[in-house]
Amino acid sequence: MASASTSKYNSHSLENESIKRTSRDGVNRDLTEAVPRLPGETLITDKEVIYICPFNGPIKGRVYITNYRLYLRSLETPLFAFLNEEKFNVDGWTVYNPVEEYRRQGLPNHHWRITFINKCYELCDTYPALLVVPYRASDDDLRRVATFRSRNRIPVLSWIHPENKTVIVRCSQPLVGMSGKRNKDDEKYLDVIRETNKQISKLTIYDARPSVNAVANKATGGGYESDDAYHNAELFFLDIHNIHVMRESLKKVKDIVYPNVEESHWLSSLESTHWLEHIKLVLTGAIQVADKVSSGKSSVLVHCSDGWDRTAQLTSLAMLMLDSFYRSIEGFEILVQKEWISFGHKFASRIGHGDKNHTDADRSPIFLQFIDCVWQMSKQFPTAFEFNEQFLIIILDHLYSCRFGTFLFNCESARERQKVTERTVSLWSLINSNKEKFKNPFYTKEINRVLYPVASMRHLELWVNYYIRWNPRIKQQQPNPVEQRYMELLALRDEYIKRLEELQLANSAKLSDPPTSPSSPSQMMPHVQTHF
Amino acid sequence: MLGKGVVGGGGGTKAPKPSFVSYVRPEEIHTNEKEVTEKEVTLHLLPGEQLLCEASTVLKYVQEDSCQHGVYGRLVCTDFKIAFLGDDESALDNDETQFKNKVIGENDITLHCVDQIYGVFDEKKKTLFGQLKKYPEKLIIHCKDLRVFQFCLRYTKEEEVKRIVSGIIHHTQAPKLLKRLFLFSYATAAQNNTVTDPKNHTVMFDTLKDWCWELERTKGNMKYKAVSVNEGYKVCERLPAYFVVPTPLPEENVQRFQGHGIPIWCWSCHNGSALLKMSALPKEQDDGILQIQKSFLDGIYKTIHRPPYEIVKTEDLSSNFLSLQEIQTAYSKFKQLFLIDNSTEFWDTDIKWFSLLESSSWLDIIRRCLKKAIEITECMEAQNMNVLLLEENASDLCCLISSLVQLMMDPHCRTRIGFQSLIQKEWVMGGHCFLDRCNHLRQNDKEEVPVFLLFLDCVWQLVHQHPPAFEFTETYLTVLSDSLYIPIFSTFFFNSPHQKDTNMSSPKRGFFREETDHLIKNLLGKRISKLINSSDELQDNFREFYDSWHSKSTDYHGLLLPHIEGPEIKVWAQRYLRWIPEAQILGGGQVATLSKLLEMMEEVQSLQEKIDERHHSQQAPQAEAPCLLRNSARLSSLFPFALLQRHSSKPVLPTSGWKALGDEDDLAKREDEFVDLGDV
Repeated sequence: MASASTSKYNSHSLENESIKRTSRDGVNRDLTEAVPRLPGETLITDKEVIYICPFNGPIKGRVYITNYRLYLRSLETPLFAFLNEEKFNVDGWTVYNPVEEYRRQGLPNHHWRITFINKCYELCDTYPALLVVPYRASDDDLRRVATFRSRNRIPVLSWIHPENKTVIVRCSQPLVGMSGKRNKDDEKYLDVIRETNKQISKLTIYDARPSVNAVANKATGGGYESDDAYHNAELFFLDIHNIHVMRESLKKVKDIVYPNVEESHWLSSLESTHWLEHIKLVLTGAIQVADKVSSGKSSVLVHCSDGWDRTAQLTSLAMLMLDSFYRSIEGFEILVQKEWISFGHKFASRIGHGDKNHTDADRSPIFLQFIDCVWQMSKQFPTAFEFNEQFLIIILDHLYSCRFGTFLFNCESARERQKVTERTVSLWSLINSNKEKFKNPFYTKEINRVLYPVASMRHLELWVNYYIRWNPRIKQQQPNPVEQRYMELLALRDEYIKRLEELQLANSAKLSDPPTSPSSPSQMMPHVQTHF
Repeated sequence: MLGKGVVGGGGGTKAPKPSFVSYVRPEEIHTNEKEVTEKEVTLHLLPGEQLLCEASTVLKYVQEDSCQHGVYGRLVCTDFKIAFLGDDESALDNDETQFKNKVIGENDITLHCVDQIYGVFDEKKKTLFGQLKKYPEKLIIHCKDLRVFQFCLRYTKEEEVKRIVSGIIHHTQAPKLLKRLFLFSYATAAQNNTVTDPKNHTVMFDTLKDWCWELERTKGNMKYKAVSVNEGYKVCERLPAYFVVPTPLPEENVQRFQGHGIPIWCWSCHNGSALLKMSALPKEQDDGILQIQKSFLDGIYKTIHRPPYEIVKTEDLSSNFLSLQEIQTAYSKFKQLFLIDNSTEFWDTDIKWFSLLESSSWLDIIRRCLKKAIEITECMEAQNMNVLLLEENASDLCCLISSLVQLMMDPHCRTRIGFQSLIQKEWVMGGHCFLDRCNHLRQNDKEEVPVFLLFLDCVWQLVHQHPPAFEFTETYLTVLSDSLYIPIFSTFFFNSPHQKDTNMSSPKRGFFREETDHLIKNLLGKRISKLINSSDELQDNFREFYDSWHSKSTDYHGLLLPHIEGPEIKVWAQRYLRWIPEAQILGGGQVATLSKLLEMMEEVQSLQEKIDERHHSQQAPQAEAPCLLRNSARLSSLFPFALLQRHSSKPVLPTSGWKALGDEDDLAKREDEFVDLGDV
C-alpha cells in the first residue's frame, strides 16, 4: 500500500536511474551539479543541443563529452506532480482496485474470468494488467484475437448487467483492411461473448464512427465487422466524429465566448461551433448502448478506431446511465480510473502535459467532452448525482494542472514505469479528503435506476459555469440560491431534531410515563436518513 | 341540462361500429338508464355553460413511447370549450393528478385558446376556416397554450363530422360580439363574491383609496396626487376612473385632450424620482392646432421640470424602440417551434434548433425589453432622474416597461400580491387592450400582439435567474399565461376599465370598442428625448451601472437586475416545452429539486409543530403532515402540466441524422491518428 507520503521524490536516490535512462522521464535534477563521473573520468566539453529521440521526438538538453563517454542530460523541467509535496489524510490511489470493482459487479462468474495475461503488458501495452474475458476463451485464443485487433486492444468486459447478465465489451477496430481479411479466432471470440448471455441470438456492435470513416479506415488496415464474417452480430454506426473535429469545435466555442460573449447572434454562433451537436451525438450513442443492454437484453460491443477515445466516452456514459454506483463521488472516480485511465485514454497526447507544441494533431478535448456530457446529465437529473458541478470543474482543472499524477501519461504501463502512484499525489486524495465541498445536497440515492437523458438540443446547453466562468459579466451565484436555501433548511431540520430530542429527554425526566413519545423520534430518524 | 335534440339523432353516442374495440364499460351495459346521466357527469359543465354540438367515436391520438395510438371517445363543443371525453377514463388517482388545472381538464380546450385548426385530407394538412365543402378525416388543433390535439374522424358518422367540424370552426374562428363572451353567461350563472382588502389582497386600483394607498407606500404623495377627474369616465374612456398626476397639474389640463399629453404617475423610487407615462397627443396637420398642442405641452413640461421635480428624461417607446409589428412577427415564428405534430418533426428541427430560435428574434426582443428597463432603472436609481415613458396610447410597451422597472426596483412587486397588484395597476387600469391583443373576439388578426405574454416571459427570465427574489415560481407564471384564454376571469378580457365597467355591470348593453388607432409618431416627444440624452453617453452609463451591480452580491430584497448576455436569455421551457413528449425528462428537470425542497420544508414544519406541542407539553395525537409529492424523484420534467408517458422507461432517441459540418468536412475524414496499421 503506497501511501502518498512515503515515497516522495528524493533527488539523490533517483540520480542513478536518470543516468541509465538518459533523460526525459520527468525526473528532477540539480542542474548545477556536473555529470557524475567515474574515478578518472574527466569532462572535456559540453554543449546545449536538441536531441532528436527516435521514440520521444526532440528533446532539449546538454551533451557532456568526457574522456569515457557521451552523456546527454535533459534540460526539461519535470511536471509539478513529481515535486508536489502536498499531504492528504486520504490516499486517492487506493480508490480504484480493479479486482474489487469487478467483484462488485459480481465477477468472475460462470461465464467471465479475470485474466492476468497482460500482467506485464505483453499482450497489449495500452491495456491494464487485469482483464475480464469470457470463461471459454483461452489465453491462446486471446493472443490470436489480439493480432486481428488494432493495437492488440481485444474485446474485454467493461460492465455486466446485474440481472440479465448482458455485458458491455470494449475493443478497437478489427484489422480488416482493403482486402477484407477475416480472422476465425476473432469471429469465434465474438460468438463466445454473445453466448455468455442466453437471451438473444445477436451480439450488438456499436461502431462509434460515422460509417464513411469506418469504410475509409480499411485503407489503413482497419475496418469494421462485416455481416458475412460475423453472422451473429448486428452492427450500428453511431456517427460520432473524430478527435480533430472535436478539437476544432472547441476552438470555435472559445472564439464565441472569449474575450467577449456574442450577444445578439449568440444562438447561431453557438450552433456554428457544433459543440452541442457533438455532445448530443455522444449522449445518443451512450443511450443506445445502455438501452440495448438494459431493455434490449443484448450484449454490446463498442469500438471506434483504437478504442481509447470515443469508445471510452460511450462505455463510461452508458455505465453512468445504467449503474447508480458510478453516480456517487467514489463511484465516479472509479469509473474515470477504470474506463479512462486504466484502459489507456491517451491523456498525455490529448492534453499535451508539459509539451509546448500546442498545435499537435494529437490534442483533443475528448475527456472534457465526456465531463460535459456528465454535466448535461446532472443538469437534467439534479437529484441523481452525489457530486456537484464543482466536482466536475475541479476534475477538469486538474486535468490540465499537472498538480496530481492522476491524468499523466498515456497508459497504465507508462504510469507503472514512472512509478506515478509512488511519486505523485492522486487528485482523488484532494477531493476525498474534502468531500463535503463536492456534494450535491439534493442527491437521492436510488439503486437500479436507469437514467436516460434527453439528447435534444432543447435541453442541451453550453456549460456557462465552466466555459465562461472567467467573464465577470457572466458571474454565476455560487452556490446556486435554490441549493443554498435547501442547505439552510437542512441545517434547520437538524437543529429541530436535536431540540426535539432534548425536549424529549427533559420530558421523560419530568414525567416518568411518557405515553407515546418514544415512537415519534424513532419514526423520524430513518426517514431523515433516507435523504443521504 | 343537455338538449336531447343535440345528443340524440341516430343512436346517440353508441353507434356500433365493427371496426373498433368495444369501449363500453361493463357496468354501462348492465345499467341502461344510467347511461345518459353518467355521460352528463363525465362532461363537466360550468355554471352557464351549454353544449353546442358533439360527435362520437372520435379517435384522439396519444403520443407514447415515440409511437402514436388512439383513444376513442366523444368530441364535444360547448360555448366555453372543446372537450374530448375518452371512453377509457382510466383516471389515475396518483399524486400528479392532484395538481391538474381545476377549470381546464387535460382534454379541454377553451374556445379562446384555439389558435389554428387544420384538417388532414388524403395526408395533406390544410388550414380550416369558413364554410367547408369537404370534411377532413383528421382534425388538428393548435392551441394558444401550445398544446396540439389530433382527432381522427374516420370512424365518426358523416353527419356528426359535419356538425362538429363546422361547429368548432364557427365557434372558434368566426368574429364574435363582446356580449357573446362566455364570461357573461358564467357571471350571471355563478354567484359572485368579491371581497377586497388592500392589506393582504390584490389591490385593484379601482378606487381613489387604492391609489392613495400606493402613493403612501412608495412615498410619492409628496409630489403627486390621486385625482378623480375621470370618475364615471367623464373625460375619456381610455383612462381609469382614478389615477395619479403631479400635484401642481391643473385638473382642467386632463380634459383638454382627453387625457392625452398628461404625465401620469406610475411609481416613485425611494430617492424620490418617479416613473411617469404619457400618451401622445393626436397627430395634427393643421399648423394652428399644432401650435396649440405645442404650447399645451410646453406648459406641462414647465410644471414637471422645476423643483421639487427631478430632471425628466423622456423615453419615446413608439419611435426608437420595439414596434408591435416586430413582436407579433417574432412570436408567430417562435410559437411554431413548439407546435409540433409528431416525433419526426421534433427531431428534424432539433439540429437547427438554435438558429431557428434565433431567427424568430423572440429572445432578442426579450433582451431588448430587459435592457430598456435596466436603462430606465439606471436613470432613476443612479442619476436620480424622473423618466417619462411616451407612447401612442401608453397602453402597450408603456405597461411592459413600467412594470419591468417596478419589478426590478420594488421588492414588493416580487411578492404574489404585489405582482398581481402591479398587473392590475399597469395593465388592467393602464388600459392595455387585452381583448384586441389576444384577439378574443377574432375580429382583427392584425391587432393580435402578445405584449402581455412578452412581459411574462421577461419576468420569467428574472425569476429563472433569481428565484429567491420572488415569492412566486415559474409555474405561477405559466398558469397565469394560460388564464389569458380562460373566459371565466374578467381580468384579461377587456380593452379598458371603462369597457369592463360598462359591460360587466349590465351585460345587456352593447359593447364598446375603441377605434383602432394608427401608429402615429409624436414629433414633440421625439424632439425632447433627443435633447436630453445622447445615446453614447447612455450606453456608458448603462454598462457601468450594469457591471457594477453584477459585481456585487445580490440583495434579493433590493434592486434586482437581470443578466442579458447571450447565454443568459433562455427559453421558458416550462411553458413552451411542457406538452412535447420528446422533451420530457422522466424523473428529472427542475421539479426534482423543487420537490425535494418542498419535502424538506414540510419536514421542518412538522418538526416545528412537534416542538411546539412539546413546549405546551400536550401529547396531542400527531397527525402526520400530508406529503404532497411522494415519489417525487419520479415526477417528470413536464410536471405539473402534461401527464404523458407515465409508465415508460424507454429512452427517447433522436431519429434525425447528422448535419454537414461544412468547412470541417476534410477534418472529419481524417483518422484520429495517422498510423498505418498495415497488412500485418
